[in-house]
Amino acid sequence: MSESQKTIEIEVLRYHPEKDKEPHKQVFEVPFTDDMSVLQGVQYIKDYLDGSLSFRWSCRMAICGSCGMMINGEPSLSCQTFLRDFYPARVRVEALSHFPIERDLVVNIEGFIEKLESIQPYIIPKEPRTLAQGEYLQTPEQLNAYEQFSSCINCLLCYAACPQFGLNPSFIGPAATALLHRYNVDSRDGGKAERMELVNSEEGVFNCTAVGYCSEVCPKQVDPANAVNQNKTNSAADYFLRFLTPKGGAK
Amino acid sequence: MNKRRPYVRSMDGWWKKNPFFVEYMIHEGTALFVAAYAGILLFGLLRLAQGEAAWNAWLSAMKNPWYIGFQVLALIALTYHTYTWFKIMPRTMPPVVVGGQRLSAWAITGSGLAVAAAACLGLLALVWGMAR
Amino acid sequence: MKPTLKRSNAPIFWALFGAGGMLSALLGPMLVFITGLAVPLGWLLPPDTMSYPRMLAFAQNFIGKGFIFAIIALFLWHAAHRIFHSLHDIGIHAGTAAKLLCYGSAMVGTLLAAYALLVIGF
Repeated sequence: MSESQKTIEIEVLRYHPEKDKEPHKQVFEVPFTDDMSVLQGVQYIKDYLDGSLSFRWSCRMAICGSCGMMINGEPSLSCQTFLRDFYPARVRVEALSHFPIERDLVVNIEGFIEKLESIQPYIIPKEPRTLAQGEYLQTPEQLNAYEQFSSCINCLLCYAACPQFGLNPSFIGPAATALLHRYNVDSRDGGKAERMELVNSEEGVFNCTAVGYCSEVCPKQVDPANAVNQNKTNSAADYFLRFLTPKGGAK
Repeated sequence: MNKRRPYVRSMDGWWKKNPFFVEYMIHEGTALFVAAYAGILLFGLLRLAQGEAAWNAWLSAMKNPWYIGFQVLALIALTYHTYTWFKIMPRTMPPVVVGGQRLSAWAITGSGLAVAAAACLGLLALVWGMAR
Repeated sequence: MKPTLKRSNAPIFWALFGAGGMLSALLGPMLVFITGLAVPLGWLLPPDTMSYPRMLAFAQNFIGKGFIFAIIALFLWHAAHRIFHSLHDIGIHAGTAAKLLCYGSAMVGTLLAAYALLVIGF
């Protein structure tokens, strides 16, 4: 580090489960260039200042969804958030809100994985087709119905943005509902009735109070708030009309 | 022995920590004014059911400066409610497709506010027409 | 996931919340202006706009009755739902007690409004 090298302070919320009773702040002075992402700053800390710092990352280009952190209190992908936007002020980095901290910037995402499984995130064919019958055809309109909701990278920024998930971790939450919706509105899918049981349940969409911050922080413009709120309408229709329709909705 | 000890952070005061959440609490707080205003109307309705003297007492009570002050605040709160109600609408309603294109968020909020303005002016015109 | 999913009864309250929210968003500001400011202060509207004979006739009219009932009841249900969630938001997870207090008040208000409108007659 030469004398003329600019530096920036990065404040990291540290937590070591074997040593610490609770998380604490630690400030690092990191050399700064204006092309550095926050992830690169954190990587510098691990490589040169404190090898014990733990965090997740992989692709460095907002595709993999693993490097989500609270940066100055906002859920962000650290690979696409740049230190220059904060310089010369100090940057605060913390593990994603509303999730238990496993260690340092690593959160426990087991709850989310269970939810992801519970929504059956795959096409449940309406009618089985043999290979000989050929592929499923879809019109551009049918693709449009779900395409945006299929862009989710499971980065969990929306959960870190959702106070209702923070207050009630059993809430199915934004991303899982967006994916649920993505399959429910797919013209090839026939699993809606099963998934609606989850939408309609105590863990379902009515935990949402339309804060809308989930959609603000989404790096992929999925608009999970829209998926959740569209399903309030779907669920209410199912609730009131279940006695009228011969087959009924979910039980 | 399992060395994992996931740390759960407290949610205390979460809504003070982000300007987005502060705004959320303010627009949710407009409900207090909606409730109080509905309560005043309900009281007026009960007085109306009790006859002319009771109704006139309620009418003149409405001229009390404290009531007027409340109504000014309620007007601000309900107008803010109108604004935020339609602002969040693009996120809460199903997509509207017009001519093969999804209606933009701005168009949804804008038409909602336009309809509200028309409804308010319509109501005023109606009351004015009936009272004249 | 969990083998038993309990269906939420929230749609009832959410539907009332939504109806009241929409009604208050559309008409709320002007209603407050007319009943709370213009009439008491004698602005803009004739002085007898809310006189006893006029209001009685309005409340006896079928449409007027419906309007008054919808405004009072739906405003109350809208507010009750928001306040119930806000209590949860600020850390008062009173559950059934909060639910009874919020939705119970709205229910009492609704019944009182219906009672008054019946007493006023047709």
